[in-house]
Amino acid sequence: MNGYAALIADRDVIVCCGTGGVGKTTTAAATAVAAARTGKRAVVVTIDPAKRLADALGIAELGNTPTEIEGPWPGKLAALMLDTKSTFDEVVRRHAHDDQQAERILSNRFYRNVSGTLSGTQDYMAVEKLSELYDSGDWDLVVVDTPPTRDALAFLEAPKLLARLLDNPIYRIVTAPSRGVFKVVNAAAQSVLRQLARVVGATVVDEAVAFFQAFEGMEDGFRERAGATLALLGDQRTAFVLVASPRADTLTEARYFLDRIRNAQLDAAAVVVNRMLPAVTTSPERAMELAESLAGTQAAGAAIALADLTASAAEDQNRIREVTEAAPHAVLVQVPLLVDDVHDLEGLGTIADLLTAG
Amino acid sequence: MDPGHFFASSRVLIVAGKGGVGKTVTAATIATAASRCGLSVLLVEVSGRSAAAPMFETEGQGYEEAVLVRAAEGHGEIRSRSLTPDQALIEWLSGHGFHRIVKRMTKSGLLEVVATATPGIKDLLVFGRIKALETARAADLIVVDAPAAGHALGFLRSPAAVREAARSGTIHRQAVEVMELIGDPSRCQVMLVTIPEETPINELIETSFAVEDEVGVKLGPVVVNSVLPRIEGLEQRLRWAKCSAAERTDLATAADFRRGRTALQDQQLQRLGSELPLPQIRLPQVFGTEIGPAELSHLADRMLAEIESLEDLS
Repeated sequence: MNGYAALIADRDVIVCCGTGGVGKTTTAAATAVAAARTGKRAVVVTIDPAKRLADALGIAELGNTPTEIEGPWPGKLAALMLDTKSTFDEVVRRHAHDDQQAERILSNRFYRNVSGTLSGTQDYMAVEKLSELYDSGDWDLVVVDTPPTRDALAFLEAPKLLARLLDNPIYRIVTAPSRGVFKVVNAAAQSVLRQLARVVGATVVDEAVAFFQAFEGMEDGFRERAGATLALLGDQRTAFVLVASPRADTLTEARYFLDRIRNAQLDAAAVVVNRMLPAVTTSPERAMELAESLAGTQAAGAAIALADLTASAAEDQNRIREVTEAAPHAVLVQVPLLVDDVHDLEGLGTIADLLTAG
Repeated sequence: MDPGHFFASSRVLIVAGKGGVGKTVTAATIATAASRCGLSVLLVEVSGRSAAAPMFETEGQGYEEAVLVRAAEGHGEIRSRSLTPDQALIEWLSGHGFHRIVKRMTKSGLLEVVATATPGIKDLLVFGRIKALETARAADLIVVDAPAAGHALGFLRSPAAVREAARSGTIHRQAVEVMELIGDPSRCQVMLVTIPEETPINELIETSFAVEDEVGVKLGPVVVNSVLPRIEGLEQRLRWAKCSAAERTDLATAADFRRGRTALQDQQLQRLGSELPLPQIRLPQVFGTEIGPAELSHLADRMLAEIESLEDLS
């Protein structure tokens, strides 16, 4: 069993993070396939899968419940494509005291902005879905793909997002009784709000105030939930897997990501580098010599191809070494560049083999 | 068409695309190519971290402008500056009566509420700064390295979103002004960037149609990065090559790999051509080195040659 297979065996939650375009969704899905093959009940939460992969997983539509995928494995495999808005609506309904409170919030325009466009909301809902699936007890392993983001901490900060909004002075002011000491605070706040209204328009401010008023009494539930989720992400139940490609820019981001994960005291358990070039033993220098000495012969084309390949491969290895030095305890898995994009279960099976082989 | 003519055809050129397709390299290449045509260029980065400066082997730029390349015989100056969304919002509020309390607004989270209440406001204000630079004729050409990830469309949609969210107030007027800039092809165009692989090309096609339908901005040629140069004779027999057996195996591996990748790439490029009626500028893959001034110069040569071979766009 290699290090990655051990993670799949031991952990309850695997979070795949990294920048876009590095095969994160594919890695997450293949990880769940690998788990199902060892008899586990595995579910993968995808964010924005390429269409053909989504079709292959049977999740072409947004959905908030796992769709089971039949296949030749002893375990169970299911997938879902995160619907940020519906997930947020469910969360609000769960925490609301009654239906009226839920409806007041759900119909508020500021809320629709929060649930639809606020940066970080997608991360927040991915985490919410993760905890929900974990809490259900239906799954041995929950694998989560994360939104492509430039800010490594967006995912880690996500559960605190709403709690932070609710710590907002506007919230405290609009829900505080307007008498006594509060009256003075309130007057000052009202003047700021009036000023803001001139800039961004009165409707915007009114909607925001209405949102915070509607939220009254729900904030403790949200805070508790955020605390529990952070605990789950922070201990040995969860492994963070950093997915990268050998390109310079994605590895720079990867290193930055690893630092942030480590600073947040989380466990960067594995680094998966996708899109590795085929391994050859000829050195880049020797390949350059061959390109010269074989020029004009039948092998001229192959020699140029080899020179290009070795130059890129050598550079890739240097960059990967730098990243692994930043995470000495992480399992390193290198997955070769495949000739075609992965878009069916067979392809995912191949990746699952590559992830857990050796 | 004439490259000088092309780069002078709109004063703001927004380079947009998903992360990982070489958007920043493309923006730096465009800046270099336009400078070769004698234009002065201002390269604007919105990510907060300067990714382009190292390619020019200069110090990273801050919010203030930095000179990346000095003007000389035959080429214009390239300057760069960073405009971050957070900074744009703070600056704007400071200029609209909140200068005394903007720090407190940041600390207390009120700023976050304003941003949430008006989705797109930060991106819009970045646009507002770009518009101000354009109006002030800060350079002959302003090249904007747009936000990465899934945000390319979000960034371009932000003015319309804000115009809808804030129906009155000064921010509404700002949105209207920015939309005038975006909608005027002599002032602004967008160049989308991709690489010749299936998923990035799918996303590019989707984005193009969405940009055209929803934003109404002029789309310039598409830039396809990392195109593998064609090598002849990859299918030749290697049996007689003068080298060791192990090397011969490696030659075969390299030739097979290159042939497979090239075939796949050709298929994708052809699909792009048939599904998206926009001219393509193809830039070659750079093997085994970080992008520096020499590589940028080479890429700019190629870009100029590609533009020259395009038919005149009317």
